[in-house]
Amino acid sequence: MLKGRTLQPSYELDKKEKHFVGWHMLVAFSALALGIQFGPLQALEHAGVDLYPQFEWLVNSYYQGLSLHGVLNALIWTTFFITGFLTLALTKGLGRSLKYPVINWVGFLTMVVGLVTAAIPLLGDTATVLYTFYPPMQASSLFYIGLTLVVVGSWIEGLGMYLTFYGWRKDNPELRSPFVAFASLITMVLWQVATLGVAAEILVLLLPWSLRFVTGVDPELARTLFWFFGHPLVYFWLLPAYLSWYAMLPKQTGGKMFSDSLARLSFWLFLILSTPLGFHHQFTDPGIPSGWKLIHAALTYGVAFPSFLTLFTVVASLEYGARKRGGKGLFGWIRALPWTDPSVNAQLLAGILFLFGGIGGIMNASYSVNLALHNTAWIPGHFHLTVASAATMTFWGISYWLVPYVTGKPLWKPKIALAGNWIYFGGMLIFSNAMHTVGLLGAPRRTPLGTAPYVPAEWSGHLLRVGIGGTIMYIGAMLIIVVVAVTAFRRKRFPEGEGVEIPIAESLRDAQATPLWLDRWKPWLLAIVVLIALAYGPQLFEMITSIQNTSPGFTP
Amino acid sequence: MTDDTDSQDASAQDPADESPWPDGVVEADETFHSEESADPPDKLVEPDEHVHIDAYEKNWIRIAIATLILFFIAVLFAGLALGIQVPSDEGRVDPNTLAETPPWSEPGLRTIVEGEEYDMYIVASRFSFDPNQVAVPRGATVNIYSTSSDVQHGFILRDTNVNMMVIPGQVSKLSAKFDKVGTFDFVCQEYCGLGHAVMFGQIVVEEPVEGE
Repeated sequence: MLKGRTLQPSYELDKKEKHFVGWHMLVAFSALALGIQFGPLQALEHAGVDLYPQFEWLVNSYYQGLSLHGVLNALIWTTFFITGFLTLALTKGLGRSLKYPVINWVGFLTMVVGLVTAAIPLLGDTATVLYTFYPPMQASSLFYIGLTLVVVGSWIEGLGMYLTFYGWRKDNPELRSPFVAFASLITMVLWQVATLGVAAEILVLLLPWSLRFVTGVDPELARTLFWFFGHPLVYFWLLPAYLSWYAMLPKQTGGKMFSDSLARLSFWLFLILSTPLGFHHQFTDPGIPSGWKLIHAALTYGVAFPSFLTLFTVVASLEYGARKRGGKGLFGWIRALPWTDPSVNAQLLAGILFLFGGIGGIMNASYSVNLALHNTAWIPGHFHLTVASAATMTFWGISYWLVPYVTGKPLWKPKIALAGNWIYFGGMLIFSNAMHTVGLLGAPRRTPLGTAPYVPAEWSGHLLRVGIGGTIMYIGAMLIIVVVAVTAFRRKRFPEGEGVEIPIAESLRDAQATPLWLDRWKPWLLAIVVLIALAYGPQLFEMITSIQNTSPGFTP
Repeated sequence: MTDDTDSQDASAQDPADESPWPDGVVEADETFHSEESADPPDKLVEPDEHVHIDAYEKNWIRIAIATLILFFIAVLFAGLALGIQVPSDEGRVDPNTLAETPPWSEPGLRTIVEGEEYDMYIVASRFSFDPNQVAVPRGATVNIYSTSSDVQHGFILRDTNVNMMVIPGQVSKLSAKFDKVGTFDFVCQEYCGLGHAVMFGQIVVEEPVEGE
């Protein structure tokens, strides 16, 4: 395991580990399959087609459907997929098994128990509080307990991953940690730092209040703790996609990772910068001085920097591979990418949509510009380009090799997967463009605009496009889910000695040449503590010491 | 360059020091997919002292940093020179006793300077604003104060820069100057319960009456 080999370990997951990852995929795709059912209902409602009466047996209201849509897709699908995928990337990257698999299993089962616990009130219409669950709107305490268990379970899985890495590090003190393992660990650490905020919100404020131990809650403090978590959450969704774009996609397109050092630098910057800037979700909030908001706006531009780095490095890796494949010309090389490989295709389309998502994100972060966008339909238009495109489409792309890898069964009908990608991509372009546009005109988000009395005629064309785009997206997503499900449950297996491999690209420059400071944990972990203390400390201290638990709970 | 960089001399003749961009004529490498051939060497590569950055990427980094600094200057300009401000800390109030707490006990318009400046107090409750119809003369600046008596609401005033959260326990404030005659809808932009979609009101901007 020396030079040049550190990124190419020949290790393959054993049967039990494949099983473990496979269970994550089963839960993730099940949540997604249910969660997306509400998408077209919402989109068509905007277009004036109210299908909710036909679905009364499932949900009582637009908002109950929207709560299920948000929680199942944005929280459950992502968290289960990511923890499963990162386990695979870590063990493959390090070339060794999990040190204490029982810890990881305990974590996973805790997450499942949490999911079931939260699902009961969601389906029973006693947690119709949307996935931000802002108090003093109050859900059944089961909902908060369930979410807590999902988070705690993921922490336990994270612990299992750290211990595995620690064992590897002790045996290999001189080697650079392999990038895919490194990136997996960063993502888990980022998640643990982020979830401290929501854990504090739920355990200290919401749970005692929903259990009637205390009578009131401080809504602004709860919002602030939520958004401590809310922004790094989006990086928790994105970093596994970046892992694939940086270190796996180049292999799939016949290239190499353009720069191991800069990839690591980006991940470190995402880790330390993604948390201390949550006030940019609260630009329009009362109770937070505008000076702090401006500081967080500047820090948000800071975290845009590693995104710019990522754009260059990923595109450069793709171009390198495409030119090796015979691609020519300034842009002509793009055609030489393997567009008909459904896994590559999904990730390329994800990247294209993310260009728009990234630009929109910078606009959201731009302090005063936010006044034109906050809580309008622009925002769901935006995050469907990030979590529902950049992350989700990349996860689909990963699934096209990962599910065959863990099940030992070849992908069913790759052409249907390919068609699903394109259909979803096309629907997303229509949907997100319409949502952005109608949001700029002032349409609020989270609102059944089909019945709202204030909707002017000039919005109707855009709302129609929301309905059309949303329906097309649904068709694409269902095709993809069917392909994955049939692959997992079909009988046909790979012939003996055949199968798929986990794509892991070599670095163009030897990973071992990466400077040591990019592979040291302590200085960066210290940096994150210091940055959070500086950016959040004073205001959070002020808000906690002046806490006023004056708001009783309300049901929707 | 070719792809045989896995051999021992890779460290001596650093592959990444040559640009991988010979004008788009990287030769297609037949053996690319056949993967590593040589045995692993027995010595680790020495780590670089500094991060090795491709020349193109260096320029890209400069562009990225310049862009972000420019954006931030634009934000400062909008705030300091154009006066576009986001809500700030305006103090607190008990949401349970709004009916007994002036000025929230009597929401509505207060004249500061006749025809020029007004304070407007709006209480958001499920599922209406109080008041939900306000008339102001054209040319007036209105300081809009709002709070909630129950759950979280939002307040977005169409065709203006007024967009703020309305949170129980907190006072929100933004100002708008109305230079055009017309009717401006303000809409609740945060989910507040089953009747959220019907929660809105209007500011009617009228031609000022002479001699009043």
